[in-house]
Amino acid sequence: MEEWTMSQYLVLIYESVQAYVEGGQGLSDDVLKGHMSFGEANGDKIAGGNALQGPETATTIRPGGDGAFTITDGPFLETKEALGGYYVVEAADLDGAIALAKQIPAPGGALEVRPVRVFD
Amino acid sequence: MLAATVRVTRDLDLAQECVQDAFAKALLTWQGGVPKSPGGWLTTVARNRAVDLQRRERVLGKALPLLVVEEQDPQGPFPDDRLRLVFTCCHPALTTETQVALALRLLCGLSTAEVARAFLVSEPTMAARITRAKKKISQARIPYRVPDAEELPERVDGVLTVLHLLFTTGHTAPAGDRLTRHDLVERALDLARMLHGLLPTAEVTGLLALIELTDARRATRTDDLGRLLLLEEQDRTRWDRAAIDAAVAKVRSALQQGPPGRYALQAAIAAVHADARTWAETDWREIAALYALLERQWPSPVVALNRAVATGMVDGPEVGLAALDALGDEPALAAYAYFPAARADFLRRLGRTREAATAYQEALLLTTNAVERDFLAGRLGSLRVGPA
Repeated sequence: MEEWTMSQYLVLIYESVQAYVEGGQGLSDDVLKGHMSFGEANGDKIAGGNALQGPETATTIRPGGDGAFTITDGPFLETKEALGGYYVVEAADLDGAIALAKQIPAPGGALEVRPVRVFD
Repeated sequence: MLAATVRVTRDLDLAQECVQDAFAKALLTWQGGVPKSPGGWLTTVARNRAVDLQRRERVLGKALPLLVVEEQDPQGPFPDDRLRLVFTCCHPALTTETQVALALRLLCGLSTAEVARAFLVSEPTMAARITRAKKKISQARIPYRVPDAEELPERVDGVLTVLHLLFTTGHTAPAGDRLTRHDLVERALDLARMLHGLLPTAEVTGLLALIELTDARRATRTDDLGRLLLLEEQDRTRWDRAAIDAAVAKVRSALQQGPPGRYALQAAIAAVHADARTWAETDWREIAALYALLERQWPSPVVALNRAVATGMVDGPEVGLAALDALGDEPALAAYAYFPAARADFLRRLGRTREAATAYQEALLLTTNAVERDFLAGRLGSLRVGPA
């Protein structure tokens, strides 16, 4: 049997902007601490990741049919919970990826796990 | 057999194909006589076929989508492949409907048409759902294993739903010329026992008892000619009393573990039926009360239908009919044969023959099980003999 390989999963962190407004500095500190301990506990399983500036800084670029582009202010999807950051993690299977995602803070929001597509 | 083949091939589609190949081969080979262990024979043939196909695939340089996680699991505590497959099919990353559909299709080998009927949806809808699910299992790598002890409780609900549907599908086969598909009931019973050994919660105990109670009446559900017999007509002396007593003890223990859930309640209802020595002794008041509790736990149109029938048995057919008619707008009941059949029965008892006949005809149109069709046609025929 061939060797079992790890798969990469993208974990998208959706957070509520409102939760941060209400939670103040205390919540921001907690979330930061949460990310640090996630990183310390799982260093070898994290292939990448970043925190993003707020959705108010987003710009959306939409290709038109004629080679022209429409540029608009704001994120592609306006939702109460906005994409706030992401990780790329390595796990043997979906359960492993879910177990990692459960350790990531997402105040007032949720985490979405998507397998990374591999072309061979 | 499918589960055993999946372990070798790690690809559900390929495994299914190999199993079908094995059946085709069996039909040819067994013309000379059925082997002693047909299941084992089929598994061997399917496995060989899978290895064969895999070899060919490798030559072609195609990688098989990987599905199964662990290779070495020598004498794990849960040796049964089917149980692993149940947990794969019942993974929370799939919707509940999909979980059940997948398990019926893959664990039990129901055809897509049969699964669609069990769900009251069209065949193309079900086919699309199953294809999508298989894709997700393979691409997101939903593992093929029994979850860890700490994960297990939150994963069990989905499995119970699947086992229950499996059981009900076997109890009254969606199609065909026999009333039951005993292979499905047996499989549900095996899996429920296994799960009970693993995790004897009140709900697992309840589901096991429910299956056991219903199975204890198996011998009397049809007559010698395979015709459907109602609870009212069954020879209760032929019910398996020992099995009933053991199951009733399970129901008691499930009910003692706190507020009962949907399976413990259904088992309690089955226990009330099994407890009555004659049809006339049936405690319908108790049954109606249990259905009311069940409806609160599980607000489904089918439960509401059963509750309406029980109410009619307590307060008379007029009340029962009114309770049924109040459900007339439920879209899920529009194609559900038991709804017009229950109406027909109350109408018949009320002497509203013409309306009863229409309702029986409606039920006939929606029924694909031959034994049930015969029963309904018989009822319809006996109406015509009586005064119009």
